[in-house]
Amino acid sequence: MQKTLRIVSLLLLTSLVLAACGGSDPTTSTTGGDSPPAVETVIVEVTSSAPAVVAPAGYGVTLETVKARGNLICGVNSQVPGFGYVDADGKFSGFDVDYCRALAAAIFGDETKVEFRPVTAAERFTALQSGEIDVLSRNTTWSLVRDTELGTNFVHTTFYDGQGMMVPTESGITSLQDLAGGTICVQTGTTTELNLADVMASLGISYTPAVFEDADSTFAAYAEERCDAVTTDKSGLVSRRTVLADPAAHVILDVTMSKEPLGPLVRHGDDQWFDIAQWTVFALFAGEEFDITSANVDSVKASATAPEIMRLLGIEGDMGLKLGLDNNWAYNIIKLVGNYEEVYNRNLGPDTPTYIPRGLNSLYTDGGLLYAPPVR
Amino acid sequence: MQESAKQKATIPFWRDERILNILGQVVFIIGFFLIASLIYQNMKAGLAKQGITLSYGFLQGISGFDISETLRPYSRTSSYWQAYQVGLLNTLTVSIVGVIASTIFGVILGVARLSTNFLINRLAAFYLELIRNLSLLVFLIFWYLGVFLKLPKVREAVIWPGSIYLTNRGVGIPWGLPAESYPTFRLILIVGFILALGVFFLLRSYSRRTGRAPLTILWTFLTFTIVALAGWFVMPEKPLLFDAPVIEGLNMTGGKVLSPEFMALTSGLVLYTSAFIGEVVRSGILSVSKGQVEAARALGLNGFQTLQLIVFPQALRVIIPPLTSQYLNLIKNSSLAIAVGYPDVFYISNTIQNQSGRAVEMISMVMLTYLMFSLVTSVFMNWYNQRIKLVER
Repeated sequence: MQKTLRIVSLLLLTSLVLAACGGSDPTTSTTGGDSPPAVETVIVEVTSSAPAVVAPAGYGVTLETVKARGNLICGVNSQVPGFGYVDADGKFSGFDVDYCRALAAAIFGDETKVEFRPVTAAERFTALQSGEIDVLSRNTTWSLVRDTELGTNFVHTTFYDGQGMMVPTESGITSLQDLAGGTICVQTGTTTELNLADVMASLGISYTPAVFEDADSTFAAYAEERCDAVTTDKSGLVSRRTVLADPAAHVILDVTMSKEPLGPLVRHGDDQWFDIAQWTVFALFAGEEFDITSANVDSVKASATAPEIMRLLGIEGDMGLKLGLDNNWAYNIIKLVGNYEEVYNRNLGPDTPTYIPRGLNSLYTDGGLLYAPPVR
Repeated sequence: MQESAKQKATIPFWRDERILNILGQVVFIIGFFLIASLIYQNMKAGLAKQGITLSYGFLQGISGFDISETLRPYSRTSSYWQAYQVGLLNTLTVSIVGVIASTIFGVILGVARLSTNFLINRLAAFYLELIRNLSLLVFLIFWYLGVFLKLPKVREAVIWPGSIYLTNRGVGIPWGLPAESYPTFRLILIVGFILALGVFFLLRSYSRRTGRAPLTILWTFLTFTIVALAGWFVMPEKPLLFDAPVIEGLNMTGGKVLSPEFMALTSGLVLYTSAFIGEVVRSGILSVSKGQVEAARALGLNGFQTLQLIVFPQALRVIIPPLTSQYLNLIKNSSLAIAVGYPDVFYISNTIQNQSGRAVEMISMVMLTYLMFSLVTSVFMNWYNQRIKLVER
């Protein structure tokens, strides 16, 4: 009895192994058969190598996956008020979080169909590479290495920022030179960490870094005066200052240590998804440019005569279809989430504790850098 | 005879147990490698789809970040590989300090736990139960945020006798700065060490030959100290300049400043692991039968001698295997350094992984590193265990 059992299981195992052998190399087994399938494979190869007509592998996969799943998975920050933060009700809020909502609105016509997944600075790229998240919107700085070697593509800058330095007011520190010999708290896995090393080396200032895993522990250590100063993007400093015990006791130095263009990013290999992510940003810009807000979008849509507005809102042409979306995509973004100005003011405007003057983040007509390409 | 041979020949191979056993193992190994290669191919295909290739060449690239604690020369222009080595050395430091300190502390705890003194016994028991039932991560964060960062600011430093500065920037201790004549002094120390070893072996063989018990450890230690002191005073200038920490500007300078991260990690690991080692030691001591102690007492040995000569040598056989696994735990637990910001090998590799985007490479390197550490430790401990094992005849 035992013997037969063993033989049966052995046979099962061998057949499994054989099946695995066969399965692992399907092309040889098809070409190894009779000739017609072989001819077919040749034809397929020819069509796939034809340029321009057929999309490369991976094109459109993300949108399909997202639609099949029924929601968007967005990697966000959960520790920076104003950008990505879990509020008192346990809901995600913030500038970067609203971008995810806009993207969900463009795809589903429903800004709530998004699952926020908090990721740390160190794990964010791996999460995006491995497909755990569809898009990363987590105050991430655009840089060459990240655009190439990390296998990600920056969509567009949504927030122009620069690195700053925060010190306790009573320390009397006013410049980077005053920090010589001091300790500076910084978060690991950020461009901030690299900029700090660059700037201090070029100024010839010696310092000791105290490096932490996430924003919470970085600022906790700063609050305990483990370090003389803390550095990150200025927006991050403004936002984190609001959650320190006594925000008034800390001052952000008047130095900008680097350029920090922040924006969402997607994986390499799916250009359609890249386009959707990018034009979601442009729709936000364009909304502000044409003064279309969530409040007036319906009346604008009803009375629009300008061709550009009509194309944006899907009355004329099939811009949305070209992106693989509904023709109402931009209408949905503005209706459900708002235009860039609304998103900005909701999270970083004068009425919020995390107020940051718009500065470079104004429309190009107001002296800023926001500029949407034509929707045509 | 002939019949059985005939029968043997007629057994088909699929019913021959010996062949089946071998075949089963062969099939298992083939299956194992197939699955392993399937997983590997899957990973490669997945990475290729994203345009990422596996290669360790990036380790030569410039790291670009600074590290707070470095035991070897390092700057932002050093390579990733050098950054990794910095992390390796830091992990080694914590592991070595941790293993030594937790052994000493653990043995004391284990003995105290068995003490007949009610107070000592109860205190040790309370301590062991408390520490063993905490989560190590929580414990480490307590030591970091709750103890070392709560020390006074640099300007209000608490100064202990012996120039020990306690601040929330770290603990400053006096440290020897090697002077010009240091190499000569080091030579003298080495000579002293060799002499002390000679004395040790001489006395031990004497004790084995005669059955007397000279104070081997004491004499060994004395020899070394005498040679070292003689060297110190004979040298024309002092080979080591004692440098006490002073507060200067924003930070402490001089001496040796042990960062709060290092202190929190080491003290957390040591106190945590020593509680487990204490229990291991206690169980080891209890495994020695009571008759042995009674016999030792009957022979007129005092309490310490009983422990040193009778109980410990026998208890060690029971202690070593679980002790090894506690050492391994300590080494592996040191990767929790990431929670308190101490730049150990796992932390640095995390940073490298993030700056270079090489997740698979870095994780594989870290896994290999911890595997090596653990294997070396267990090889050593197994060798030691083999040596002290009860010789059975």
